[in-house]
Amino acid sequence: MQDRPESETTTDERHSSRVSFEVNGTHRELTLDNRTTLLDTLRERLGLIGAKKGCDHGQCGSCTVLLDGRRVKSCLVFAVTLDGRSVLTVEGLAGPDELSPLQAAFVAHDAFQCGYCTPGQLCSARGMLDEVARGWPSAVTDDLTTPAELTDAEIRERMAGNLCRCAAYPHIVAAVRETAATT
Amino acid sequence: MSAGAVGRAYPRLEGREKVTGAARYAVEYPVDDVSYGWAVPAAVVRGRITRVDAAPALALPGVLAVVHHGNAARLAPGSDRELWLLQEPVVHYRGQFVAVVVATSLEAAREGARLVGIDYDAGPHSTVLTSDHPGLYRPDHVNPSYPTDTAEGDFDAGYAAAPVRMDATYRTPAYHNNPMEPHATTAQWRDGRLLVHDSNQGASSVQATLADLFELPSESVRVIAEHVGGGFGSKGYAKAAVVLAALAARQVDRPVRLALTRQQLFGPIGYRTPTIQRVRLAADTDGRLTAICHDAISQTSTLHEFAEQTAVYTRSMYAAPHRRTTHRLVRLDVPTPFWMRAPGECPGAYALESAMDELATAVGMDPVELRVRNDAEVDPDQGQPFTSRNLVACLREGARRFGWADRDPTPRARRDGRWLIGTGVAGSSYPARARPSSAAATARADGGFLVRINATDIGTGARTAMWQVAADALGVPPERVEIRIGDSDLPVAPVAGGSMGTSSWSWAVVRACEALREKLRNAPDGVPADGEVTAEVSTEEEVGGQPMLPRYAYGAQFVEVRVDVDTGEVRVNRMLGVFAAGRVVNPTTARSQLIGGMTMGISMALHEEGVLDERYGDWVNHDLATYHITGCADVERIEAHWIDEQDAELNPAGVKGIGEIGIVGAAAAIANAVHHATGVRIRELPIRLDKLLGLSALA
Repeated sequence: MQDRPESETTTDERHSSRVSFEVNGTHRELTLDNRTTLLDTLRERLGLIGAKKGCDHGQCGSCTVLLDGRRVKSCLVFAVTLDGRSVLTVEGLAGPDELSPLQAAFVAHDAFQCGYCTPGQLCSARGMLDEVARGWPSAVTDDLTTPAELTDAEIRERMAGNLCRCAAYPHIVAAVRETAATT
Repeated sequence: MSAGAVGRAYPRLEGREKVTGAARYAVEYPVDDVSYGWAVPAAVVRGRITRVDAAPALALPGVLAVVHHGNAARLAPGSDRELWLLQEPVVHYRGQFVAVVVATSLEAAREGARLVGIDYDAGPHSTVLTSDHPGLYRPDHVNPSYPTDTAEGDFDAGYAAAPVRMDATYRTPAYHNNPMEPHATTAQWRDGRLLVHDSNQGASSVQATLADLFELPSESVRVIAEHVGGGFGSKGYAKAAVVLAALAARQVDRPVRLALTRQQLFGPIGYRTPTIQRVRLAADTDGRLTAICHDAISQTSTLHEFAEQTAVYTRSMYAAPHRRTTHRLVRLDVPTPFWMRAPGECPGAYALESAMDELATAVGMDPVELRVRNDAEVDPDQGQPFTSRNLVACLREGARRFGWADRDPTPRARRDGRWLIGTGVAGSSYPARARPSSAAATARADGGFLVRINATDIGTGARTAMWQVAADALGVPPERVEIRIGDSDLPVAPVAGGSMGTSSWSWAVVRACEALREKLRNAPDGVPADGEVTAEVSTEEEVGGQPMLPRYAYGAQFVEVRVDVDTGEVRVNRMLGVFAAGRVVNPTTARSQLIGGMTMGISMALHEEGVLDERYGDWVNHDLATYHITGCADVERIEAHWIDEQDAELNPAGVKGIGEIGIVGAAAAIANAVHHATGVRIRELPIRLDKLLGLSALA
């Protein structure tokens, strides 16, 4: 679902690159302006509008996606660095017409209001749960010699990079807690 | 019969779209031949533009146009000069938009914006609000249409004669709304008609504003705002982005997507004015207030007057025979302040509810009991009984839930290691208003119903609430009802603002559904035999004919903080609010909204501050790394409750509105808790670490 004809998107061929990477399991090959971020590539070239632009400076977390399984702020990633890499966005968290347990928990706990930060929260939470599974500590982990227990304080700290002006925070924590406990 | 949908906890109707990334916001609609606009802010505070050099930008591959005062389409003056954009070579504040670069890619538009050369003839400026500014004046009214000053009894005499007096000045900084979705628009012109997908809190009002500015009949303008990524007041009316996008699209004769950057949201789209508030309270020795005075100073711009109604909260909150409130304003070389969640009530309650806490200390009384003692059954301002006033019930219920009863009032009496622990309370109130609206209800032969109203869901749950209200009004299970909102082609409706969306819209929805049922009175099962039957109504007459009565929602906010004795770090251990806001349509979305307001109160008290550089004439912290808002790790335990409240003098759904009351009083409760923890009274928000440093030396 490409928004625009490719012929028009390249502003200057000397400053563009051919990039080949995977998005939500689909192989993509694009010629991109070297200045293009992953976020703008997703939104403006691939029609994947789930990742949101809240600040474009890596300060709000609304654009969080998973890059080779790790959460990144896609507004800070230049698309030309993506050759051979794999991106997962909110659109790829579950199959068509399905919700992942995390998405279902977000709905059940009303873990959003306006919904603008939500795709970033979801991708961040997905990446965060994986970090916990790998035993990565956070700033509030007391004991670094044993795997961190996913307390509410741990969830709050680990989700602190994703701002929500509606302040659905306690419900986000509840949704993540429930997902971690049941999956 | 009532299907009983109202009062039940339904998940949001658009929840699935929002968690799958399918929900489309303003610049996310597929559009053929789209181009991108990037706004260019003025680099001086005040002055004249002497030259615009577009050539370097136009030389970039992909740049289509540089739109500025010299070539932009002419706009009608309109009523808000902030929107008369790219019309004159004059700069009224730093950051005012003076050009837009349009290009075939975001990257080219952004680089082009950097390359536009603008020369200015800059003049001196005044951007700092002070209590003795020579430009202080008395506005004709305050937002939206309250009297500027009020007086009853003889404050000076009453104050002088009282045995207990307190006199303190409180200050709040500029606060910036910062919805997560920036102000953003996709604009398309076709055959002289304008279509915009826009992020706003009321598509009907944006439609009217665009029609005025571009001198079009309103039916030639369509505004769609299906999903809106928050507003908090800043998207209450048309703002710069939609006007710039429409101008740019006209210039290049193709669709334009234009989103303001995060940095550009700090000013040009409005903000909460800084305030300087002097509060004087006098009481007899058992805590009964005898005199109340609240003098508020705030700022506006040279372009448009916005007068924050800061002291209006004090007019109706507590009773006393001698009372006075005043508002003074200064026109500075700054962007025009505008609505931010509970304009007036929010900063005003910080001052008054802090002052009440200081008075409680002065008379040696529990701050909950002090508020109970000064409760009013008759509105001190209007002289009529409140339609319902459950402030005391909220205070009592909150105290019970919070465990207030055993509180030792002595400041700095509780300590846990390095943490000083304290608790605080504040009252809360917000007017319960309604505006006229229209709505349409349609019955289909298949037994389904469609309800249409140009309401806006900015995250409040409005879509879901109206669906529930419609189901009950139609007397059918909600599964048979479809609701459509967020499009100016739908029946005209007022903005999502002033906590009056639900009251106004539900009123029209109920009346439309009633009118439809009347039309279908003789139809078997209330369903048309074939085709469709529609009823469309306006509540203009009914709402306009409603008697003027004091209608308010109330609340009580309780907070426990801990303050690091060495660093001055303040953490909110727990926060509990109890509210009386009429009928609650959807407990799930209502709780979220109240908690959201309370959390924004934490943010106001502890984190947010627009820091002005006088030389630069602007805030220096205009991004989310330097302008802090409360994050996930800052909210440890927060609860919102409500009491059952019936009020027959409101509206058919019996609602009072809950969008704003959650923030009112929240910052005062936190400041009062910090005082209880530390013995230090902070009268200038936010409560930063440096204002509490030296606590260990006090030990």
